[in-house]
Amino acid sequence: MGLLLLLPPVAALLAGLAAAAPRPAVPSLAGPRPGARPLAALSAATTRLSGVLVSAILLATGVALLRHRGAVPTLGGDLLRADALSALMLTVVGAVGLTATWAGLEPRTSPAASAHGSGATRSERRYAALVCVFLGAMAIAVTTDNLGVLWVAVEATTIATAFLVGHRGGARSLEAAWKYVVLGSVGIAIALLGTVLLYAASRSAGEPTLSWTRLVSGELPLDPALVKVAAGLAVLGFATKAGLAPMHSWLPDAHSQAPAPVSGLMSGVLLAVAFYAILRVRAIAAVVIGPGLVRGLLLTAGLGSLAVAGALILRQRDHKRMLAYSSIEHMGVLAVGAAVGGPVALAAVLLHLIGHGLAKASLFVVAGRMLASEGTTTIAEVRGLLSRRADLAVPLVVGMAALLGFPPFALFFSEVAIVLAGWRAGLGWAMALVVALLLVVVAGLVRATAAMTLGPAQRPPDQAHAVHDERTTTTTSAPDGSAPVAVATLAPAPAPPQAHGADRGPVLPLVLALGTTAVIGFVATPVGDVLTRAAAVLGLS
Amino acid sequence: MNAVREVAMSPSGSVATQVVALTAGALLVTSVLLVWRRDLSAQVRLLMLQGVALAALATTIGLSGGPGTSRAELLLVAVLVLALRGWLLPWVLGRRLRAGIEAGDAAREDGPRLNPTAGLVLVALLTTVAYLVSRPISEGVAEHTGAPTPAGTAGPAAFAVPVGIAMVLIGFLLLVGRRRAMSQLVGFLVLDNGIATVAFLTAAGVPFAVELGISSDVLLVVLILAVLSRRIHAQVGSTTLDSMTELRD
Repeated sequence: MGLLLLLPPVAALLAGLAAAAPRPAVPSLAGPRPGARPLAALSAATTRLSGVLVSAILLATGVALLRHRGAVPTLGGDLLRADALSALMLTVVGAVGLTATWAGLEPRTSPAASAHGSGATRSERRYAALVCVFLGAMAIAVTTDNLGVLWVAVEATTIATAFLVGHRGGARSLEAAWKYVVLGSVGIAIALLGTVLLYAASRSAGEPTLSWTRLVSGELPLDPALVKVAAGLAVLGFATKAGLAPMHSWLPDAHSQAPAPVSGLMSGVLLAVAFYAILRVRAIAAVVIGPGLVRGLLLTAGLGSLAVAGALILRQRDHKRMLAYSSIEHMGVLAVGAAVGGPVALAAVLLHLIGHGLAKASLFVVAGRMLASEGTTTIAEVRGLLSRRADLAVPLVVGMAALLGFPPFALFFSEVAIVLAGWRAGLGWAMALVVALLLVVVAGLVRATAAMTLGPAQRPPDQAHAVHDERTTTTTSAPDGSAPVAVATLAPAPAPPQAHGADRGPVLPLVLALGTTAVIGFVATPVGDVLTRAAAVLGLS
Repeated sequence: MNAVREVAMSPSGSVATQVVALTAGALLVTSVLLVWRRDLSAQVRLLMLQGVALAALATTIGLSGGPGTSRAELLLVAVLVLALRGWLLPWVLGRRLRAGIEAGDAAREDGPRLNPTAGLVLVALLTTVAYLVSRPISEGVAEHTGAPTPAGTAGPAAFAVPVGIAMVLIGFLLLVGRRRAMSQLVGFLVLDNGIATVAFLTAAGVPFAVELGISSDVLLVVLILAVLSRRIHAQVGSTTLDSMTELRD
């Protein structure tokens, strides 16, 4: 069982290497050598499907670990360990990763690629390899017992995603990537300081260890003052990576500039993994110094995130940025849930993680297809999607309904459970605030979704020439340093929707993901059981 | 547990204490000078000096650690620190800087948001803050190691913890007070050196496997930022980050 833990990182490494392997010899002008073409096609397929494969392996490993009963599997001392919570998180990473990578596959109809019969381009190979490394790092982050390794893995996700955020090139992508790496690394450095101080506390207690199980056992005489500082810093640091206010400012930029599947992965699992780190640190703090300090921090960050997201969603004009702010909102809900604590709220937090990950990954993929089809991410320039492109509008509406927490979907149950648990825990005023802010978010998202999907099929003629996208827009800063002015430089004719097929893709993963979100709240026997066991790992204080 | 006390009492312990004080002083002085100097190549040299001082600190703690700390492991970590922070990272920075200057980028931090005098005043304030806030840390570490703590003086190494915290704060100051991509990188590295300092002073470093992971992460972040700064230079024509204000709400 322990060796199973090795499977996700090894699979990610191998798939990453295979995806990055240079293409076989290019066919010469005299005609392709026999055998070169299938090899090239195989290499291209490996590159294309590597992310899907790794996600599927992560999902399968996670499910296998979830079904495992008895002794907790470990490997290499405290390096790898999968209790119920780790297994659940691994399953979430796999499921959301599968949604984002599978639904994010573009149909291979590009005439250039099929004519050459050549393998993947250098940029495609790098993209695929980085996605594999990203997934592998997250798998390690959730299955390690060592807080130091957890930190290293979370920071490694920053490294893997840096070039993915800047993948499209261009000044705006570079700006987003720079901000993301600097803010992400600095924020996570604070978490390193907290981790180091936890190690110092355990060293002072006579047994230097970074093992989470040892630290949370309550057997070590940890110095409360030191743990207080350490836990505060660690929560603050991981909160940066989790996109909680006030350290969220990298998130909308990175999410709006990254390619759609990467945005989905970052929003659905990267934030969740960072939040998982907060949950682990919270458990240590709760054992040593009681839940007060971390509860205060998380409640402040959660309400702050909800307020920031609510305010900015209301006046958002870019639908990818709107989804990014919605992620901040949901991380806020999670933080409030973790602040409430207790078995019900923690199980609800985990359910919320699953539901949000699946719905958000689907929505980002749909947003990517909308960008390819409409040539814009501006909400005001997308009209009448329901009558023109039902294949985009239906998943968009269903996904939004899931995200807003409408009843059949999991987020309804988790939000209600968190609010009720908070109410019972004596945080009535905070819960009232949460509900009010959630209503603001609902208003903003519903208005934007309705604006994009409803209405006549025809684009108003005066807006047709305003269409622009990344490729046709250069932006110049006004010399006096005032707000930058966007200038459309190329012919503004909107690309015909079927031009390269990038606006279409597999529908099945979207159906599966949103369907899972819709039913998972009702499935009590396996799912509820799993959630309860995972929440119990965190200690029920 | 009593190792630190033995060290503190023995003559070699007092030498170790003095060397710790000396290297901690060097770390603080290089950080302050980094705020003062605007010439980017001077900043890279200061960073190299800081890396060497950090390696010296790790070596001292490794040699004086006594039983309980794995001496060989710490010396290995010291070599790693010397190679990475004393040589490789400044070398990467210096190379990127020279390439930037050849491509027409300025060699100085021109027009930082903070003039040197105000910067130095802020550094003095931040150092004071560092001494105030690191009290629970020093005491928490010293108390349990059983080191003598007469009148607020902590154990042989823990007394220098505020230096590490001050470096973290100065790193933040450099990050927000400078406009050039290179200077922000320098700020990030000072912050990181500060965390490493705290790690050595409070816990005699983290386990070797974790240290290896942290080091490679830092190296990769610096490499990525160097590549990004080259691309930004190619795209925008300068690495002044004021031009990067397109993404906002």
